[in-house]
Amino acid sequence: MAEIKLTMPLTREAARSLKAGDSCLISGVIYTARDAAHKRLCDLLKEGKDLPLDLKDTVIYFVGPTPARPGEPIGSAGPTTSYRMDAYSPLLIQQGQTGMIGKGKRGSEVVDAMKQYGAVYFGAIGGCGALLSNCIKKSEIVAYEDLGAEAIRRLEVVDFPVIVVIDSEGNNLYETGKAAYLETL
Amino acid sequence: MRQISAKQITDTVRRLCIEANCILGNDLRERIAAACKEEPWSQAQQILEKIIENYKLAEERQMPICQDTGMACVFLKLGQDVHVDGDINEAIHEGVRQGYAQGYLRKSVVRDPLDRVNTGDNTPAMIYIELVPGDQIEITVAPKGFGSENMSQIKMLRPSDGVEGVKDFVVRVVEEAGPNPCPPIVVGVGIGGTFDKAAYMAKKALLRDVDTPNSNPYYQQLERELLERINALGIGPQGFGGKTTALAVNIEACPTHIAGLPVAVNINCHVTRHKTEVI
Repeated sequence: MAEIKLTMPLTREAARSLKAGDSCLISGVIYTARDAAHKRLCDLLKEGKDLPLDLKDTVIYFVGPTPARPGEPIGSAGPTTSYRMDAYSPLLIQQGQTGMIGKGKRGSEVVDAMKQYGAVYFGAIGGCGALLSNCIKKSEIVAYEDLGAEAIRRLEVVDFPVIVVIDSEGNNLYETGKAAYLETL
Repeated sequence: MRQISAKQITDTVRRLCIEANCILGNDLRERIAAACKEEPWSQAQQILEKIIENYKLAEERQMPICQDTGMACVFLKLGQDVHVDGDINEAIHEGVRQGYAQGYLRKSVVRDPLDRVNTGDNTPAMIYIELVPGDQIEITVAPKGFGSENMSQIKMLRPSDGVEGVKDFVVRVVEEAGPNPCPPIVVGVGIGGTFDKAAYMAKKALLRDVDTPNSNPYYQQLERELLERINALGIGPQGFGGKTTALAVNIEACPTHIAGLPVAVNINCHVTRHKTEVI
């Protein structure tokens, strides 16, 4: 299957054009956040305060990397399981986020927000942190340094490989991929 | 009585933490390579190829195979003729502290499950000490990631549920987990004992190499049958469909109460890590 080259930022329109099952290579700037950072961002929004980053047209990668060795931009950096962010993602999508990179199932509240606002859920290969780190050229902490691995980082990536798992119409590769394989038996 | 220094325990644990996280065991490598060859679904095969590429790269660059370098589960078989000159538990924690710092491993432990402040050094380790005859100490370090740990379950079945009940439960746990635990997975199953013992056996089952079946022919057959049923689910690598959902099912069983049939399922990902050394 041909790979779609995606250059960040990802507009609503570009997010809506992607379909479940598409293989993509992401280049440009993406941000990292996982459980603790998501909670802080949503707490700020609920209090009506400003966020430490602009979410418009951004893709957030659910990852807590290992520490970088001297001279390297980042350590091992594969995706974490996404459902733990389900309580927070709808609010961030409403604020302008257009993409999420993780692995595993998502709740209906997230899929509803993706459909309503135009956002896409990408899967990266879980457990391939060493390989994926090759595509990360630069990493800097932009917020919540006290969270260590869970801090929000700004990553510059080149040809970072992902697959569209759930698209903005709610099509889901976890369901269609499994069904297609089972049909061949 | 043989004297072993606490420092020797610390040094061994430190080394095992780093090795376990950066070098995948040969048993798993062979199993993944064989699964890749036999996988009929092309996307699934491509993912398995990436998984192979990843663990090779990790070893070459001395980088963790997965960024979730886990909670350090440390299992000791402590010979009863050994005397350790110091605090064994503290020696293990110190080994974890040093290993996770020197190996550039992620610190993933919070000091309290509800206030959730990171301890900053990946301690405490989860320590299990078993007393055995002899004058040696066997140390196994098994870093456990939580993507798969979170998909684990335990159930107190009725004796009347029998082996069919056990099989249905194990398969259901894997089906419900779906793509979340990073398939292809290794499935550890503990049958019997008490509530806690079943869970402990399920975790211990994950320490057994995937090419080593249960020594009891009955459970060996059950392991084969469960693997077949799980790989008929179609979940596949990463959950995108395919044959290779599990690489192995390892079962441990032990005596239980006349009224009970506890079953625990501890799921591990394709990066099932454990390294052992005897001192």
